[in-house]
Amino acid sequence: MERIPCPHCGPRPLAEFSYGGEVVPRPDPEPADDATWGAYLYVRSNPKGPQSERWVHIHGCRRWFTLTRDTATHRILDTPLRKEEA
Amino acid sequence: MEQPFRLKAGGRIDRTRPLRFVFDGKGYSGYAGDTLASALIANGVHLVGRSFKYHRPRGILSAGAEEPNALVQLGLEPRLVPNARATQVDLIHGLEADPVNCWPNVRRDVLAGLGLAAPLMPAGFYYKTFLASRHLWRHVFEPLIRRAAGWGRVPEDPDPDVYTHRHLHRDVVVVGAGPAGLAAALAAARTGARVALIDEGTEPGGSLLGQTRTLDGHPADQWVAEGREELSHLPEVLVLTRTTAAGLYDDGTTVVAEERLTDHLTSHGGHGPRARLWWLTSKTVILATGAHERPIVFPENDRPGIMLASAARTYALRYGALPGKRMVLFTTNSAAYESAIDLQSRGLRVEAIVDARPDPSGPHVDMAEALGIHIHKGCAVTATDGRHHLESVEIMLLSPDLRTVQAPRKLIECDLLCVSGGWSPVAHLYRHAGGQVEWNAEVRGFTPVPGPGLPRVVGSAAGTHALSQALERALTAGAEAAREAGFGDGSASSAPRVTETDALDGMDLWRVSDQPGDGGRAIGRPGHLSFVDLQNDATAADIDQAHREGLTNVEHMKRYTLTGFGTDQGKTSQVNGAVILARAVGEGPEAARLTAQRPPYTPITFGTLAGRRVGGLLDTVRETALQDIHRDLGKNGGAVFEPVGQWLRPRFYPKAGETMDRAVARECRAARQEAGLLDASTLGKIDAQGPDVVEFLERIYATPVASLPIGKVRYGLVCKDDGMLVDDGTLARLEETHFHLTTTTGNAAWTLNWMEEWLQTEWPDLRVRLTSVTEQWAVLALSGPKAREILAPLAPGMDLSVEAFPFMTWRAGAVAGIPARVFRVSFTGELSFEINVPWRYGPALWKALLAKGAPLGLTPHGTETMHVLRAEKGFILVGQETDGSVTPRDLGLGGMLKTKRDFIGKRGMARSDLQRPDRKVLVGLRTDDPAQVLPEGSPIVEAMSSARPLPMLGHVTSSYLSPMVGRVIALALVKGGRERLGQTLQVPLEDGDLAKVTVVEPVFWDPEGKRRDG
Repeated sequence: MERIPCPHCGPRPLAEFSYGGEVVPRPDPEPADDATWGAYLYVRSNPKGPQSERWVHIHGCRRWFTLTRDTATHRILDTPLRKEEA
Repeated sequence: MEQPFRLKAGGRIDRTRPLRFVFDGKGYSGYAGDTLASALIANGVHLVGRSFKYHRPRGILSAGAEEPNALVQLGLEPRLVPNARATQVDLIHGLEADPVNCWPNVRRDVLAGLGLAAPLMPAGFYYKTFLASRHLWRHVFEPLIRRAAGWGRVPEDPDPDVYTHRHLHRDVVVVGAGPAGLAAALAAARTGARVALIDEGTEPGGSLLGQTRTLDGHPADQWVAEGREELSHLPEVLVLTRTTAAGLYDDGTTVVAEERLTDHLTSHGGHGPRARLWWLTSKTVILATGAHERPIVFPENDRPGIMLASAARTYALRYGALPGKRMVLFTTNSAAYESAIDLQSRGLRVEAIVDARPDPSGPHVDMAEALGIHIHKGCAVTATDGRHHLESVEIMLLSPDLRTVQAPRKLIECDLLCVSGGWSPVAHLYRHAGGQVEWNAEVRGFTPVPGPGLPRVVGSAAGTHALSQALERALTAGAEAAREAGFGDGSASSAPRVTETDALDGMDLWRVSDQPGDGGRAIGRPGHLSFVDLQNDATAADIDQAHREGLTNVEHMKRYTLTGFGTDQGKTSQVNGAVILARAVGEGPEAARLTAQRPPYTPITFGTLAGRRVGGLLDTVRETALQDIHRDLGKNGGAVFEPVGQWLRPRFYPKAGETMDRAVARECRAARQEAGLLDASTLGKIDAQGPDVVEFLERIYATPVASLPIGKVRYGLVCKDDGMLVDDGTLARLEETHFHLTTTTGNAAWTLNWMEEWLQTEWPDLRVRLTSVTEQWAVLALSGPKAREILAPLAPGMDLSVEAFPFMTWRAGAVAGIPARVFRVSFTGELSFEINVPWRYGPALWKALLAKGAPLGLTPHGTETMHVLRAEKGFILVGQETDGSVTPRDLGLGGMLKTKRDFIGKRGMARSDLQRPDRKVLVGLRTDDPAQVLPEGSPIVEAMSSARPLPMLGHVTSSYLSPMVGRVIALALVKGGRERLGQTLQVPLEDGDLAKVTVVEPVFWDPEGKRRDG
């Protein structure tokens, strides 16, 4: 089973994690027009290749983190840093 | 005579252990070490099945996983195994096997005549003929065709066996324990790396188990035995046999393989798993999956007695079973000569070698000539004869362009035709990992294209057919894989010296015509079919037709002709089919594309995939501390449970002989007239604290937080950024920076995780800690006019008066001597106390409350009564009144929203579409018929009309028979519903009737709220 590098627990099996989707920057709500807010809510880039995405170690330490994964190969291209290393 | 085709000596079978078995109702004997196929061959049985479409007699083609024909039905209910490959079934004593696709038996199949109708049933025949009328297809043709086609029968009863999964981490995983795989595993293991070597066969060795080469001057099997011995002494090495790698997953890092544990045992005492699914996660993977010999597509190439050349040799050398007495070899290459020479040495008479090459040469050609074997050069087999078994072949001279043939015809009598059209590397797993294959003219097969991050491929899987070269490269690959994983320096020992076979000199012969030249368009003599896919009865003519009808993409051709489908997934047909299509388009094999290959490599039983996760282990079942009490309660066996998320909650508590409706009516009346008791422990509970907790909750909740004083409770709404309501619950302020939050039962885990996501990713600066306390607090909801009277004697230290303990406050204190937090919140509209005590005290509290309350009419109720009571009050249920497209305003809760400060969902709610006046909003419905419960989800229309689509105004979200109101009540979401109050609308019902309903306020009980204080 593929292992996901949890910044708190180290590499752990995929089954312990939950996927949080592509990272989409949240616009400042007040000035954002409907189109901007709609794009934030619903539009995802769905790339074939590297994607910045969120994961949570749901059946472990419950840590949320961001990593870059190649959606075509599932290869994880970076390792989220531990808090103390950041 | 027993086993008339068994050699006196030789082979890896144990002649001291004879085994009896039954095939097609007839008894035979074989030996331990046989497969079902080799035992049948030893008994001279070649007719083992009927083909799928035309019911033509079929025999054993191969000696391995690629077998398209020899599919058998094994065992008895409930352990029926359909479509097992006889070539991979280990013979056991008492084995009962039956052929498939025939009735009553394989020799006298009543549908055999279908073969005569073959010219009438080209590709697409089923689509074109039987789908003309949907009705006829469903009721006449499909049942008939399904019965005729069949294949094996699946068991009807539950599988009595157990299966298991095992996860293992390795440094190097080697798939395939033939010469290359064994060499790679040895080289890797010698570095100290953790190695797993897996093979589908009964023992390591692969092709070396059935040939006559020597390695370093010794027989090949001695090298295999020494390798096994060495591996067995290395503690970090795992060797798995009878283990088929089904797929390569996760960026090529995880091999998923099925190990068959008991099928080869006559008796295993009925315990232990039947199969194990291995998840082998590895730093590096080496594929040594070998190659499959390719059949040649020529007219009538499907008779029993026609076999791949290497398979015939395997049967003779590995199993000591001769697949015939007089053979002809039809080949395009010199490598297959070795099979003919070896078979001749075992007593088979080689009548002729038919070599498609006009001018074959090389050591094996010379050897064959020296043995007196007649070689027909530049010739091809153009027809075969024999009813249930091959009796003769017809050969003709190939024209120089290979597309036609020339007279004279020559007949050769024989009972075995060995064929070899070259070799196809097995690159399935490589392609699972995203690797590509391309035509390799030197190898005459599709070989893996190396790429970054892809597994190493060695041996004939990589197109390296010369044994010495394969061993050398495999040793290097094994050492390098280990080095990559952090072991050794990448250097490998030298490969053993090998008696080498001929290089892969050969030619391409994709298809043999049996017609003298007429421009290459000849298909063949009438009725003489040239099969590409034996399992699906797909012919070269079918591919021609697919091309004529415009299906020039190989995936389309596959689906039109069925080439490459079935249990064998086209292992012997895929390359021939793809190239024949490419040639029809006017291209060469280099332009051919292979269809996608997907796991599993060979079929896996569902039980293995499910593993232990069946029955009670399928999913987690959560129970509250009171589960035993719920089970015991009542004379009728306790509560009737319903799943709510993973929880099992009591739905109602029937007394003896009571129906659900009557039990719920009784429970509802008690809760409204005396008191009801609900186990609400499943409610999600979150302990939130920290210096910034107020700021955090203000951002999360759509309702105000900061103004909530200590000791008070407030109803809270949670929306997502799109403004839609996702959860509701209460917030109780315990201390200045300490809150007790509740969520819905079903959303508890989601809500906590969602809060954590905001906290950790968007607002890491906020100092807040969230802890699930759902299973720390047992919650009993005591509700009804007599609630105070029941609770008071149990909580002497707590002033329960309205003044001292008003609605929407909480108090800490002792209840029945148990430390408790009591919340005056109400989901029923009645005077209500939600009593929280430490989880393990739940049963004690329940018993104490009932001891005091039962004489006063206190009645336990389940979720069904809870639903009726809350619907009577118009209280929404998230997930029932909401579906992810409903805002608080739609539910009439807009007045609770914060107007000034920002919160999640505020911007989303401000979107123009969510401001529309005709949005669906929550209303009540009053049915004309007071007993007509409306099915949840029923559409609501203004009136029936001929307009299509009929304009829908909304849908029913909840509907119950309310015993207190004395009629059916309903909640609904209706477009512009507030403006429709008093209007009559219609609800079409499933039976065609229309229910008339009047739009009313969504509160049916105590609209003034006078009862909440008791």
